[in-house]
Amino acid sequence: MAAAIEITGITKCFGTFEALRGIDLHIEQGEFFALLGPNGAGKSTLINLLAGLLQPTSGSIRIMGHDVQTDYQQARRALGVVPQELVFDPFFNVREMLRFQAGYFGLGPENDAWVDEVIEGLGLTDKAYTNMRKLSGGMKRRALIAQALAHKPPVIVLDEPTAGVDVELRQMLWTFIQKLNQQGHTIILTTHYLEEAETLCERVAMMKQGKIVALDTTRALLKSHAAKQLSLKLAGILPNQLQSLLKQQNGDEFVLALSELSQVETVLSTLREANVVVQDMQLQEVDLEDVFLNLVGNQKGAQA
Amino acid sequence: MKWLNPFFWLDDKVSPQRRGMYTLFKKELLRFWRVAFQTIASPILTALLYLLIFSHVLESHVKVYDQVSYTAFLVPGLMMMSLLQNAFANSSSSLIQSKVMGNIVFLLLTPLTILEFFVAFLAASMIRGLLVGLSIYLVALFFVDVPTQHPWWIITFALCGSALLGTFGVIAGIWADKFDQMAAFQNFVIMPLTFLSGVFYSIHSLPPFWQAVSQLNPFFYMIDGFRYGFFGQGDVSPWLSLAVVGGFLLALAWLCLKMLKSGYKLRS
Repeated sequence: MAAAIEITGITKCFGTFEALRGIDLHIEQGEFFALLGPNGAGKSTLINLLAGLLQPTSGSIRIMGHDVQTDYQQARRALGVVPQELVFDPFFNVREMLRFQAGYFGLGPENDAWVDEVIEGLGLTDKAYTNMRKLSGGMKRRALIAQALAHKPPVIVLDEPTAGVDVELRQMLWTFIQKLNQQGHTIILTTHYLEEAETLCERVAMMKQGKIVALDTTRALLKSHAAKQLSLKLAGILPNQLQSLLKQQNGDEFVLALSELSQVETVLSTLREANVVVQDMQLQEVDLEDVFLNLVGNQKGAQA
Repeated sequence: MKWLNPFFWLDDKVSPQRRGMYTLFKKELLRFWRVAFQTIASPILTALLYLLIFSHVLESHVKVYDQVSYTAFLVPGLMMMSLLQNAFANSSSSLIQSKVMGNIVFLLLTPLTILEFFVAFLAASMIRGLLVGLSIYLVALFFVDVPTQHPWWIITFALCGSALLGTFGVIAGIWADKFDQMAAFQNFVIMPLTFLSGVFYSIHSLPPFWQAVSQLNPFFYMIDGFRYGFFGQGDVSPWLSLAVVGGFLLALAWLCLKMLKSGYKLRS
């Protein structure tokens, strides 16, 4: 079975600026994958390369086994991209626009049932005959997503689909996208809402300055970056034995990274032996945001 | 709602291989059809105003060909002028709007080949140009008799002219980034070339220098060849006109496809 997406040695330069510096990425069919990174990390450039909106400086990309350059027609048939910006055609209504979009892919009236399913799934039924120009922002966003799905692509890329979207729509959108994923569609998502990636995605790639800095299952990534965080306020200094766990220090407040819960006991007994009084204590679960900041934020600070 | 889609009877008959191109063509066609008041009716009215005013003022003063009244002489020129302007306007305005709005991305994501993309835009432009030209002719018949001596020349030049300007429109639409660049293109290139091409006069009435300059203008050949089809006489041979117009058409189509292939401004 061909990979949904196979990216090999991709670089992209704009003049002297290197937007992507050697990306290798393999995404299996049926995955729900998150692509994270700060603004300017190269996520959108990578998506534009997938979509054939840009040509790479070097390297190759295959979608469902089809090269996006040499076999672009098949590659584009397999791909649906939801752009970040709210773009729309002001001349037509929602249903017409979706039928046109499917038509560009060679699909005729036989595809109308699917178009109606997408319209319904995204809550656009009431607006099917409304001109795109007259839709509210949220409805435009739904229409935009529907447009990317009109040809029923096996691989779906959502570039910041929930930016500026209210909670209700976000919920509805994820329900619909999860349903598609269960039906076998591969989903690739970029988002700024890390909790979304954490709950939805099985695997995560984090990008920074044109490179992938972390690539693993969401669970492993969380685990490798310590599952728990112990914040302590101490009357005294941290004993030497505990220095290896220290992640952050702010005056008499110490943040320790723990790989498992049982370590709490060790920490407390070490403190007791050293006669250090614990004034306050908090145990926190690590979330993707901590991992993200760890990998992306701190390095950024170090470079500045 | 069927009048909104004049092609409904064709929708089921298109093969999957041609459906992409057909859909784009149909969308481009409906785009101007939905606003026909602006895209068809208003250019017809403009042309008729030209016809009424110029013929009223100049009918008794200007005689270009024997047995052809000035008003009759004017009709093919105005038809061709409107045909050219509207063929240009269709592809260029559609592309610049999609680019400025950003929704062109949904076309670029499709498996359409560059040739399909080009042909679809071109065909819709040609139809708008031809529709406007034909309408002007039909309305003008209420005011003046216009002979049609060589219908095939008329058709040939109408097709070539609309294709040439439709192609020009695609090129301009790809090139321009903003509406004012497009307006500049229209006002500083298309309009002067049209007005100085002999729409309102025969270039034989010009001083020799300006006659020579006019002969460098490709628009002159389109109008002269077209007019030859109506009256059986023109300033130059229709074969020469066809050669010039055909040559320009091929050159522009080549340039346009080359731009599309390179991804110039669309995929960069």
